[in-house]
Amino acid sequence: MAFELETASHPETLKRVAIEPVSRVEGHGKVTLLLDDDNKVHQVRLHIVEFRGFERFIQGRPYWEVPVMVQRLCGICPVSHHLAASKAMDMILGAKLTPTAEKLRRLMHYGQILQSHALHFFHLSSPDLLFGFGSDMATRNIVGVAAAVPEVAKKGVLLRKYGQEIIRLTAGKRVHGTGAVPGGVNKSLSVEERDLLLKDIYQMVAWSREAVGIIKGLFEKNLAEYNAFGRFDAHSMGLVRADGAMDLYHGGLRARDKSGEIIFDHFDYGHYWEKISEDVKPWSYMKFPFMKHLGPDEGWYRVGPLTRVANCDFIPTPLADHERKEFLAYDAGRPAGATLGYHWARMIEMLHAAESIKDLLHDEDILGTDLMAKGERQERGVGVIEAPRGTLIHHYRVNEDDLVIRANLIVSTTHNNQAMNESIRQVARQYFDGREVTEGLLNHIEVAIRCFDPCLSCATHALGQMPLEVTLEDAAGNTIDSLYKDAHGVSRGK
Amino acid sequence: MSENTFLLDGEAIPFVPGQTVMQAAKAAGKYIPHLCWHPEFKPHGSCKLCTVKANGRFVSSCTMEAAAGVTIENRTPELDDKRRTLLQLLFVEGNHFCPSCEKSGNCLLQATAYDLGMMSPHFDHFFPDRPVDASHPDILLDFNRCILCSLCVQASEQADKKNVFVMGGRGMRGRRIIINSESGKLGDTDFAASDRAASICPVGVILKKRVGFAVPIGERKYDQAPASVVEVTK
Repeated sequence: MAFELETASHPETLKRVAIEPVSRVEGHGKVTLLLDDDNKVHQVRLHIVEFRGFERFIQGRPYWEVPVMVQRLCGICPVSHHLAASKAMDMILGAKLTPTAEKLRRLMHYGQILQSHALHFFHLSSPDLLFGFGSDMATRNIVGVAAAVPEVAKKGVLLRKYGQEIIRLTAGKRVHGTGAVPGGVNKSLSVEERDLLLKDIYQMVAWSREAVGIIKGLFEKNLAEYNAFGRFDAHSMGLVRADGAMDLYHGGLRARDKSGEIIFDHFDYGHYWEKISEDVKPWSYMKFPFMKHLGPDEGWYRVGPLTRVANCDFIPTPLADHERKEFLAYDAGRPAGATLGYHWARMIEMLHAAESIKDLLHDEDILGTDLMAKGERQERGVGVIEAPRGTLIHHYRVNEDDLVIRANLIVSTTHNNQAMNESIRQVARQYFDGREVTEGLLNHIEVAIRCFDPCLSCATHALGQMPLEVTLEDAAGNTIDSLYKDAHGVSRGK
Repeated sequence: MSENTFLLDGEAIPFVPGQTVMQAAKAAGKYIPHLCWHPEFKPHGSCKLCTVKANGRFVSSCTMEAAAGVTIENRTPELDDKRRTLLQLLFVEGNHFCPSCEKSGNCLLQATAYDLGMMSPHFDHFFPDRPVDASHPDILLDFNRCILCSLCVQASEQADKKNVFVMGGRGMRGRRIIINSESGKLGDTDFAASDRAASICPVGVILKKRVGFAVPIGERKYDQAPASVVEVTK
């Protein structure tokens, strides 16, 4: 079944507008809209146009190589792939991590959450939020933010830098390190390294609180618009700790329906396929996951910061938990169901990451030397982690010669595939019908996509300078109008 | 100049009669880039990276006996440029994916490329179809990275007395290391992880299983010092 606005009944009679590539996201995607002569929207699709094939070329490689190889999926969230694959390989080894190894991996992961969330909020999304979705595109970028509110931009850059320093000290490099290995980690922190991180952590916690304040203030200022923008109801899924707390590194799967009722709880992710399956559509390389018992039409769901903050029973760090309660109670909970609420929830998670880092830096275990564990060898390993963008599933089978024979990866953005499509269809309904297509209007579509912080699978960074060409064609394929933007500005032509 | 010396890039290098130019240079702490040469084994002269100019003629320094009064050019822009080209040819001839290779940081090919400032592969990649042999319980063979230095052949023959590896095949795509067993698999030989050949590979072909990436970044062999330093002190 096609969803509403997914497939027009007579596309050959409609005008096509394409946003290609979508900018200020990671990876390559495009959006197509089909409009009739009155500019009424009949079809909206987010297409993921790149094909990577990691699941195939991992096959035949030794299992210990996988955590390092698969992180090359991305330059923004490599730590997430590195850790999810390492967790899967822990299972292959039957290893239960030592306290030092687990805490160092958690430290690496929270560093990743901190730097990724800071990058997304300050560098990629704050230009839309601070200047307006349809504002002048010449300044709607991080350079514009730095010029208008230099203190905000500076804190964003330094928050990200701090997260990357944690990754460097735990993984060996800021990007694409090797810290986690099957069964443990290959290094602990020295006292000097720990003290270096301790020096700035309180500042990071304070700045993360300020960041929550920024997005909260923006909601207060634009409440009706923010609550309604690209809004849709959806099921949700994510990991929670055994006691119901937010846990971004490990836990059981919890899913809620649209009304917030639990569908399943504390489900062992080692058997995720009993709950989740994937659908395919001919117009996108990205699959469409769904909950099996509900089927592809009713079973799609969303993941990521918004669902994690609402899905858990509490956040186990005090400042973030306080902000969570305020977020869920604000305006009778409406922001917690809004697409733009992702930004608010994301900043609450950044605060939680900063607090968790602070706690770990005060834990002597991270200076330990007991780094590796072994166990009884298994054939199958599943590693699940809550990556910055949502639930990340790595699943491998390894043969007796130690080579991977099967791999299945369901990355965060894939879970959100249908949700992103729903969101941009909603925006198209809200803003496009009957109006002339402009660059500012088209940016509304991108604003909705950016809420999910999609990683369209690699490390492309646009910073508002990625070329964007929009063409308006008539039913015969003739170009009626076109807009082109690049680092030098916007030009219009026919 | 005393009787038993030669000039290497303008500097007098002493030698013992019978030493090669490479051996004398190394003893004097002078680096001549190389891949297939190893101090424990007879020089093979196949990689050509150690090519120097002796009295104006190209020769392999690993096989040329040192002689008094000879003028040797080594680290000249001309020779290093040719060495970079040789390295580029080696990189495109195999499948060398350093980002996910566990030998990264411990690999002589990678370290030499860094040392010589190789910035890109330049040539089109061959992307050859080469096998991975994981049949041995303790050792993995990944021939994607083989540069045909033949050090494993020599180590297995001369040090281990086993002849597990032999050089075979013909032609650009046919020449390769063959495993000396009926099945052609390492698991069907008497190869052992304690063999000298198990730790001789300068690149990432012969690997001990299940220990990849155990050494953190910053503590690997060529993290400490570049090839030009490590290779004259080993």
